[in-house]
Amino acid sequence: MKGYLVLENGQVFDGDRIGYHKDIICEVVFNTSMTGYLEIFTDPSYAGQGIVMTYPLIGNYGLTLEDKESRKPWVEAVFVHELAEIESNFRSKLHVEKFLKYNQIPGLQNVNTRKLTKVLRKNGTMKGMLTDDITNIDSILEKIKSFENSNLVERVSSSEITQVGDGDISIGLFDFGSKQNIIASLLKRNCKITIFPQDTPAETILSYNLQGIVLSNGPGNPEDCKVAIENIKKLYNTDIPIFGICLGHQLMGLATGAKTYKLRYGHRGPNHPVKDVKKDRVYITSQNHGYAIDDKTIDPEIAEVSHINLNDNTVEGLKYKNKEIYTVQFHPEACPGPRDTEYLFDEFLKKLK
Amino acid sequence: MPRNKEIKKVLVIGSGPIIIGQAAEFDYAGTQACEELKKEGIEVVLVNSNPATIMTDKHMADKIYIEPITVKTVQKIIQIEKPDSILPNLGGQTGLNIAMELFESGFLEEQNVRLLGTSPEGIRNAEDRQAFKDMMESINEPCIASKVVENEDDAVEFAKQIGLPVIVRPAYTLGGTGGGIANTEEELREISESGLRLSRVHQVLIEKCISGWKEIEYEVMRDRKGNCITICNMENVDPVGVHTGDSIVVAPSQTLADKEYQMLRTSAIKIISALKIEGGCNVQFALNPNSFEYAVIEVNPRVSRSSALASKATGYPIAKVSTKIAIGYALDEIKNEVTKKTYACFEPVLDYVIVKIPKWPFNKFLTASRELGTQMKATGEVMAIAPNIEAALLKAIRSLEENLDSMEMPKIKEYSTEKIMDSLHHVDNERIWVIAEALRRGITLNEIYNITKIDKFFINKIDRIVRMEEVLKTDKLTPEILKKAKKMGFTDNVISRLSQRPEEEIKKMRKENGIIANFKLVDTCAAEFEAQTPYYYSSYDDENESIKSENNKKIVVLGSGPIRIGQGIEFDYCSVHSVISLKELGYETIIINNNPETVSTDFDIADKLYFEPLTREDVENIIDVEQPYGAIVQFGGQTAIKLTKALTEMGVRILGTSEENMDRAEDREKFDEALEKCNILRPKGDTVFTVEEAKEVANRLGYPVLVRPSYVLGGQGMAIAYDDAEIEEFIAEINKIAQEHPILVDKYMMGKELEVDAICDGEDVLIPGIMEHLERAGIHSGDSMSIYPTQTIEERHQQKIIQYTEKIAKELNIIGVLNIQFILCHDEVYIIEVNPRSSRTVPYISKVTGLPVIDIATQVILGKKLKDLPYGIGVYKQSEYVAVKMPIFSFEKIKNADTSLGPEMKSTGEVLGISKVFSEAVYKAFIGSGVNLTQKGKILITVRDKDKAETLPLAKELKDIGYDIYATSGTANYLKENGVEVKSVPKIWEGTNSIIDLIQSGKLSFIINTPTKGKQSNRDGFKIRRLAVECKVPCFTSLDTVKALYDAIKNDIKEEDLVPVDMTKI
Repeated sequence: MKGYLVLENGQVFDGDRIGYHKDIICEVVFNTSMTGYLEIFTDPSYAGQGIVMTYPLIGNYGLTLEDKESRKPWVEAVFVHELAEIESNFRSKLHVEKFLKYNQIPGLQNVNTRKLTKVLRKNGTMKGMLTDDITNIDSILEKIKSFENSNLVERVSSSEITQVGDGDISIGLFDFGSKQNIIASLLKRNCKITIFPQDTPAETILSYNLQGIVLSNGPGNPEDCKVAIENIKKLYNTDIPIFGICLGHQLMGLATGAKTYKLRYGHRGPNHPVKDVKKDRVYITSQNHGYAIDDKTIDPEIAEVSHINLNDNTVEGLKYKNKEIYTVQFHPEACPGPRDTEYLFDEFLKKLK
Repeated sequence: MPRNKEIKKVLVIGSGPIIIGQAAEFDYAGTQACEELKKEGIEVVLVNSNPATIMTDKHMADKIYIEPITVKTVQKIIQIEKPDSILPNLGGQTGLNIAMELFESGFLEEQNVRLLGTSPEGIRNAEDRQAFKDMMESINEPCIASKVVENEDDAVEFAKQIGLPVIVRPAYTLGGTGGGIANTEEELREISESGLRLSRVHQVLIEKCISGWKEIEYEVMRDRKGNCITICNMENVDPVGVHTGDSIVVAPSQTLADKEYQMLRTSAIKIISALKIEGGCNVQFALNPNSFEYAVIEVNPRVSRSSALASKATGYPIAKVSTKIAIGYALDEIKNEVTKKTYACFEPVLDYVIVKIPKWPFNKFLTASRELGTQMKATGEVMAIAPNIEAALLKAIRSLEENLDSMEMPKIKEYSTEKIMDSLHHVDNERIWVIAEALRRGITLNEIYNITKIDKFFINKIDRIVRMEEVLKTDKLTPEILKKAKKMGFTDNVISRLSQRPEEEIKKMRKENGIIANFKLVDTCAAEFEAQTPYYYSSYDDENESIKSENNKKIVVLGSGPIRIGQGIEFDYCSVHSVISLKELGYETIIINNNPETVSTDFDIADKLYFEPLTREDVENIIDVEQPYGAIVQFGGQTAIKLTKALTEMGVRILGTSEENMDRAEDREKFDEALEKCNILRPKGDTVFTVEEAKEVANRLGYPVLVRPSYVLGGQGMAIAYDDAEIEEFIAEINKIAQEHPILVDKYMMGKELEVDAICDGEDVLIPGIMEHLERAGIHSGDSMSIYPTQTIEERHQQKIIQYTEKIAKELNIIGVLNIQFILCHDEVYIIEVNPRSSRTVPYISKVTGLPVIDIATQVILGKKLKDLPYGIGVYKQSEYVAVKMPIFSFEKIKNADTSLGPEMKSTGEVLGISKVFSEAVYKAFIGSGVNLTQKGKILITVRDKDKAETLPLAKELKDIGYDIYATSGTANYLKENGVEVKSVPKIWEGTNSIIDLIQSGKLSFIINTPTKGKQSNRDGFKIRRLAVECKVPCFTSLDTVKALYDAIKNDIKEEDLVPVDMTKI
């Protein structure tokens, strides 16, 4: 059955319906990963977004459910060139199509994903609507226009304080929509993790007698997380070591006076070169973010840029002065993508008392 | 700190002749390296024995030596040139080995020459089996467990440790005989018992059996700072067990989840970091399809065939970047050539897939086994790019030029289902078609998987093609179905055949429904950034990204497809040179080709590169978009020539010799007319279609006769027939492939063959020189030693050759190049054939005469007159150097291929020997080809009766200069009777195995064996020749070659005394 993606600029892409059959409005972004579609679909940072996979063959190895990055998929819709007819991998439990249906995620295949990606690259990220009926484009555009993603972090964050692991290192995870592998990376390193919902007061967190805190990744515009920013400010003012990842990195920046801005079409893929300025070494990183910290707004008294993106020189990491606070824009926990910066977890844990 | 400023003069070592396993990819890598070094202002000295390469061209380096790549010669060149560094990692295994030898002997240190790139220690750790194993162990990376044992009990003991099944590999047996896979202890005892018995040293290697595992490769890159990136990973469709060079390969990997992908990527990076690689490197893995278990198969600490493939698959210029790293740059200091904005330090992502299929030479070696295994057999490969596997696979199949355009192979369709089932168990070059046929017969995907262990993902792709065939056969052809079929890569021609509707109708339906090919950019980044690469592939998705320029001075140059015997790297040389000349003349250039190993498919050679099959429809799609001023076909070998008619029909101007005149050279009757008009003789002959006609003609002419199909290159299917029975045998062989054109039967004349490449502008002719073949007629020109200038031809005959060349070139109205083969017999000059196109010898003759043949031809094609160019007309002035071109064979790679030479070409490459003195040039050619001339030990002579008289003086002379002569009884008796002291050796059928022992002893310097007629392989001679190949004993099958060899060694030349010739001075 035919389906259409209508972009807010009025451009229409057609394809064949896959997944759950429903109309949806979302922000449309593209990801260049050639593997790891399940990790992407289940990454809470994609909440509110429809994802275009630039790699044309999706579903080849089916669904390896233990690779999920959270309990369910958060993408609003998927747009692919071709969904594999059969899945083939020893770990695969089911076909992507079934998974999408079961989780009520709609999508299209046979989409000219390259053309769509170019449109998103040139015009910047756009909102769009997936629908079957395009007879009245104007009304669709009207609907798209009035759509706003909101409360994304609230949607994806955990709702109560929980604990996982029984390691010797006591870590707090401030959860704005954490990927499973951040948790797994810490557990692997002998941690006991207390997970705090996004609106947990700093005082509560600090009362847990933690050795360090990790600020997780998460979806949407960092400026929307007003409560969290206030709480992070308080955390900053203690001497507890903090490690921020992606949204966590942005929130720490905002909490300390820097500004964030929206990138034209974001960084979403497995191949972003990031330079560790001090080491003069480049690492290939996994990325997924639409916003970035503006380097001109960083107070050199507060933080210095530790990592930059080699492609566009955007800020990729900050080291806070006189603090054991390190934040990175990319994903050291990988999944999907290269594991080259996984050592950052080790480096952070070494700083803990 | 960017580049090391101490580097001022670099020696680049090439990879030598094209052999199986080491092909054009190193010309591509070496050419990129030379260009990069020159751009940096570094003086480049180049050594490569292969004259057909682009890298050995005048403008590629400051000093060029086409000399044998041996330790002695390279040492000499280092002493003359005094480079401060050597770049060893872009010349294949040959370049790397020589550099390592020079280093290990202390010579480099003595001469103050540094090795660029990876340290010698790193190279050794990667190359040395034990060192590598130890290193992998130290970093906890798994290798395939193996152990050498000397008795059955130890074999069983070790197998218990690593688990059954195991592979038993006997040490030092021919062709790996006596080995096998043992699934049980009983089998293991049995196989190792026989393996130990057969092994000369009574040892067998017990290795964990990982057959059925996936084979995955990563192309990785590391710089001095330790930055590591992976360029591309690749998945072999065939599981472990088939050499990756013989596997169908896709990129990126298709069946790996991110966990597996990253696990292997992390391992690859860990390995190159441990080895401290600086530059490109290839890591091969075996991955258990049912777990995360993997093993490192091998690491190539250099640029390889896979790097060339990865470069073309992604657009990332691996050789260029490797070179920059070698001279000190780090990855984050090198600009990305594709985006021109970002840096080389990133990882390409693809939004398409590529499929590589090897090109095998089995049609040349009918007796050879087509079975694929750990020994690579392919001479070349094709690559195809598409948004899906099906289309990429079908494009690649078309690019092979095997008369196949789909998943249907007529021969296999006739197999019984029993035979299909049986064939599934055999890994050979036809297996994907067997799988397709199996699916058609209803054999399930699971069954096929269980037998072949080819991942179900790939079998499903074949199945989808098969099902589409069925739809086209049975359903009404709607625009929707048509669109689906086109997206899957079906050509109009195939759709027409399956749906039984005229092709024109299909095309019309397509155009009416807007189903047209659009071109997409290969941009390394899946459209994330704007890219500048003019590198395209076709797709049936909408939006054409190849924007037609308004320039009306735009010319298409057709490439020559995969490297194969008969059509090698020489034609890429010609295409590339033509493009360079066209650019200099102010034309916009477009190249179409599908060979990932070549310079022509580098995206910065032409203004636009289309990576596409060279078939009518694929080319027409490009023509539709580009609307060029014209096309040049005469430089792309027979591949391009075959498209002349189609291009003419598309309304494309054929630049240079017209289609009509090309036909006059190829069509026998028209050609005879032309010759007659010019009063030129040719061997008597006729055209036939049937065996009966052939026999009639042969008897009329008198045996022996030369039989061959028309319109072929490399003498394919050509043979000399001595009687009616052989006519039957040969014609049957030729007719295995449907013949559109008649078969030629000519009187075979045993004379001297001569060859001319010439340029004609319609009025005047320029002849670079005449080449003389050392072996007498009957051996294909590509397999003969070729000498320039001629050494034995009288002036009057030379004059006649020149006269004939001028006459026939003008008569055929050749505009551009032509190649003519002559025969001198009974004091008379005959023309055997005229090829209205560039030939195999063009690079060779260009280099030794210093005449830029392709450049001149290109100018002439575009309307310039020879008179107005500075090279003159008539015969070009003779060089003061003598150049001997020596064919190189890859017989050891192809089990059961007959090594005897004949009218069908068998060599895969060539080397050059050049000197002012003829015998020295011959000497260089021999050592360049790997023949050891220093030790005068034993030789074995076994010749047919009619050659015995001719052998006698040669045997005497060889004896006189110190060789010990052994001969089989007949030959021995004859020689003894005539006063030559020889030792007689029994023939194979005479019971004892002493001739086998003699060859295996390793003490023979060479063997002289002239083959008896016929192609049956069960003769003694065949066995002797095969044994010689496998024991690496040179075996000459033509007395002429041995005479030349004798002439070269009788003067007691020493390699160290020979003077290397700088080709840039010619």
